Amino acid sequence: MTDLAVPATTKKDWSSDQEVRWCPGCGDYSILTAVQMLMPELEVRREDTVFVSGIGCAARFPYYMNTYGMHSIHGRAPAIATGLAIARPDLDVWVIGGDGDLLSIGGNHLIHALRRNVNLTILLFNNQIYGLTKGQYSPTSEVGKVTKSTPFGSLDTPFNPVALALGAQASFVARTHDMDRKHMQETFRRAHAHKGAALVEIYQNCNVFNDGAFDDITSRANRDSNLIPLVHGEPIRFGAEREKGVRMGSGGRAEIVDVDEVGEDALLVHDERAPDAALAFTIAQLSSGPHQPTPVGVFRAVDRAEYAAEVDRQLATAHDQKGAGDLEALLHSGSTWTVT
Amino acid sequence: MTDTAARPEPTTIDRLVIRFAGDSGDGMQLTGDRFTSASALFGNDLATLPEFPAEIRAPAGTLAGVSAFQVHISDHEITTPGDAPNVLVAMNPAALKAELHDLEAGGSIIVNSDTFEERNLAKAGYAQNPLADGSLKGYSVYEIPMTTLTKEAVAPAGVKPRDADRSKNFFALGLVSWMYTRPVEPTLEWIAEKFGGTPMVHEANVLAFKAGHAFGETAELFDHTYEVLPAPQQPGTYTNIGGNTALAWGLVAASQLAKLPIFLGSYPITPASDILHELSRHKNFGIRTLQAEDEIAGIGAALGAAFGGHIGVTTTSGPGVALKSETMGLAVSLELPLVVIDIQRGGPSTGLPTKTEAADLLMAMYGRHGESPIPIVAPSTPSDCFATAIEAVRIALTYRTPVLLLSDGYLANGTEPWRLPDVASLEPIEVEFATAPNHTSADGEPDYWPYLRDPATLARSWAVPGTPGLMHRIGGIEKADGSGNISYDPANHGHMVALRAAKVAGIAASIPPLEVTGDVDDAEILVLGWGSTWGAISAGVDRVRAGGRRVAQAHLRHLNPFPSNLGDVLRRYPRVLVPEMNLGQLSRLVRAEFLVDARSVNKVEGTPFIASELQAAILGALDD
Ligand code: SF4
Repeated sequence: MTDLAVPATTKKDWSSDQEVRWCPGCGDYSILTAVQMLMPELEVRREDTVFVSGIGCAARFPYYMNTYGMHSIHGRAPAIATGLAIARPDLDVWVIGGDGDLLSIGGNHLIHALRRNVNLTILLFNNQIYGLTKGQYSPTSEVGKVTKSTPFGSLDTPFNPVALALGAQASFVARTHDMDRKHMQETFRRAHAHKGAALVEIYQNCNVFNDGAFDDITSRANRDSNLIPLVHGEPIRFGAEREKGVRMGSGGRAEIVDVDEVGEDALLVHDERAPDAALAFTIAQLSSGPHQPTPVGVFRAVDRAEYAAEVDRQLATAHDQKGAGDLEALLHSGSTWTVT
Repeated sequence: MTDTAARPEPTTIDRLVIRFAGDSGDGMQLTGDRFTSASALFGNDLATLPEFPAEIRAPAGTLAGVSAFQVHISDHEITTPGDAPNVLVAMNPAALKAELHDLEAGGSIIVNSDTFEERNLAKAGYAQNPLADGSLKGYSVYEIPMTTLTKEAVAPAGVKPRDADRSKNFFALGLVSWMYTRPVEPTLEWIAEKFGGTPMVHEANVLAFKAGHAFGETAELFDHTYEVLPAPQQPGTYTNIGGNTALAWGLVAASQLAKLPIFLGSYPITPASDILHELSRHKNFGIRTLQAEDEIAGIGAALGAAFGGHIGVTTTSGPGVALKSETMGLAVSLELPLVVIDIQRGGPSTGLPTKTEAADLLMAMYGRHGESPIPIVAPSTPSDCFATAIEAVRIALTYRTPVLLLSDGYLANGTEPWRLPDVASLEPIEVEFATAPNHTSADGEPDYWPYLRDPATLARSWAVPGTPGLMHRIGGIEKADGSGNISYDPANHGHMVALRAAKVAGIAASIPPLEVTGDVDDAEILVLGWGSTWGAISAGVDRVRAGGRRVAQAHLRHLNPFPSNLGDVLRRYPRVLVPEMNLGQLSRLVRAEFLVDARSVNKVEGTPFIASELQAAILGALDD
């Protein structure tokens, strides 16, 4: 990295020459466009940017970015990206994966990357289905989902990715959706600016195997009434006339109320920087799935020591205390004797 | 501890095998280790065999809880920790019961007689006290109330009774040091260094050690002492080294030689964790270590770091290799350097985690899906782990390939004197990152193709992130040769499979020919080995040759690819014998590749071969 100003780029500069091969109409296209259009605004260099993915439809993403990239194996992107980000803190490392990739086979790596707070921007494309393997239920599919592998309906309780990430001590957690480029870009911009692991759940439509999974909340007709925008420091309100609100109900659960009835002062004020994740967790539990009013935006954004920086700090301390490594001295560091 | 004038001159013996055995809590590893260090500093040649139970603290006094440490010291060059101990130090009945069978006929037994009471005898499964029932007739038995004597000796230090009891291993060490005329200063210095922070414990251990020493001198239990004179050694500076430490230092050296930082991603597993521990101490060399969430993350992080231009290393044992195999396949496909270190242990499954075995060779060769060739190297002695680690890094970096290094529990924990190499004489490892476009696109623009190759090594071009203008994407999907773009073309896949195989096979051009020792020209039999069997094979071969038979010996460091002259070597001798700590994995490989009738000798019991077993096996094969 040089100190020279980052040269101006356009979306085209960030697009690779590879033909994009998602199904026509797939939500992945709008996410790709959002990212490619955002990158020139971030003042970063293409050569310093790396996209790492696992396996699945979403995981093809790196091939379409004119940056460094690795399309790895199923589930392992957070682990591989962790190694890269620790070895090369000068790089901007993004992780791309779907709900099967990051929450099922790679669930362990995801939660550990989040708790370590490695400087990664993690985009979780949640389409609530396995697309690339042609339509089995996923760890975010709703209970009772009928698929090829669950002809009598799925039995598993789905993960709530935002709540999972909060439980894993993530320092930045957000949610957005593929129908709103501007919202995606603002969310990605903040995730990228965050020092540490940032998880963004993106509701993404798989129009082939799970079409319309998010229509209840993300279609233009339903957005106003069913998306709850989270704004730091402001009472949580939504609705076409902002007539609805969220307040703390009994039993520690948040509930939806009419603002007219309870007054704005009764509403929960969103605090993404709260040291404790309890409020964010409560808000994350407000909706049981994308069929009822669901919060979007930044749930949590707190400062916490970034892992790679801490690793470098330990290296620097060791260097200060012991000097540069000396192989000769290392070999002689045990008891030695000399034969003449 | 002044020498008494009356003390007779020690009897000189040429070698000694002593085994310290006790409960896991008795500190026998430490006792053995100190005896070893004192002997190393004294100038003996030596080899050690630590053996410990898999449980950290198995129930006290039981057979399962016995921990032992065998050391062989001599006044001449030796290659094994010895066949049968001459002396057994048994701190409790269980130790006596578990270890007696190995003791040579007529050997000496030194027991802590305080522990031979009803409860401990019962726990060890003795119906009667072996010290009293005549069953030890034929051995020289020394019954010493070590617990009582230690408690008396350390009383002035004012330690609690329980802590006083803990010092009894130093009493045993003092006694044995007297019997075998070991220098006492190194041990006293070591105690000061180790326990200096807790003066009371320091004093207690010194008192116990001195009391043991004085007891030998004054008790008139022993008629005389022995000494093993220093072995002639080549001039140089020596240290006593264990395999895992040598491996870690080899990685540090490789990092310096290649001028690239080490990144170790690892998950704790016996018997490999000590490499993680050792490397974690040397951050001033720019070494980054990550204790990952699991084995897969360990190798994943190492591969990610390798993509970023570091030397990616992961350390594990057999079960971990199984978990890492998918990522190794990815590394084969990405053609990125990566070093995977397998400290083999008894398997399958959890098997015998603290015992040695070398049964992962075929897994290393074939244990991945698809045609997925990986070079394999194996060290032959604890100190050889240093050079082998450097070799693994050299191959990985030069050929952009994952490399498997197969060590084992015996090498990992065993120690030997090592003449320190001259750092300046170590060969640098040359690595060049791509810095400029290497191709012209159809529209005449310069661009970068990550899969263009060096015609000599077939290694692909390696541009690391951060390099302007060379942005590229790589992945596990089959790639078009050259551009690296996704390709499902059948002919291209066949071409890439052949290319990856040829690249690994081509490494043979960079490795020295296999050396044959012994009766090179007219041997009746060739003994071919790999890994930690070198010491026992060498000792067995020497014995057979001393008996007048003609034997040649060769030992493989490179198992994939083999040295290019291996076929010629094998065909030169009428018989080929392959001793292995598995059911015949190398013998299968050489039979398949060279169509020679290689016979295998096996031992899969969690302990290394001993020389007499191989002597018998070679003689048996000669008479066949
Ligand atoms: S299967 Fe679904 S998620 Fe995958 S590319 Fe097609 S529409 Fe998109």
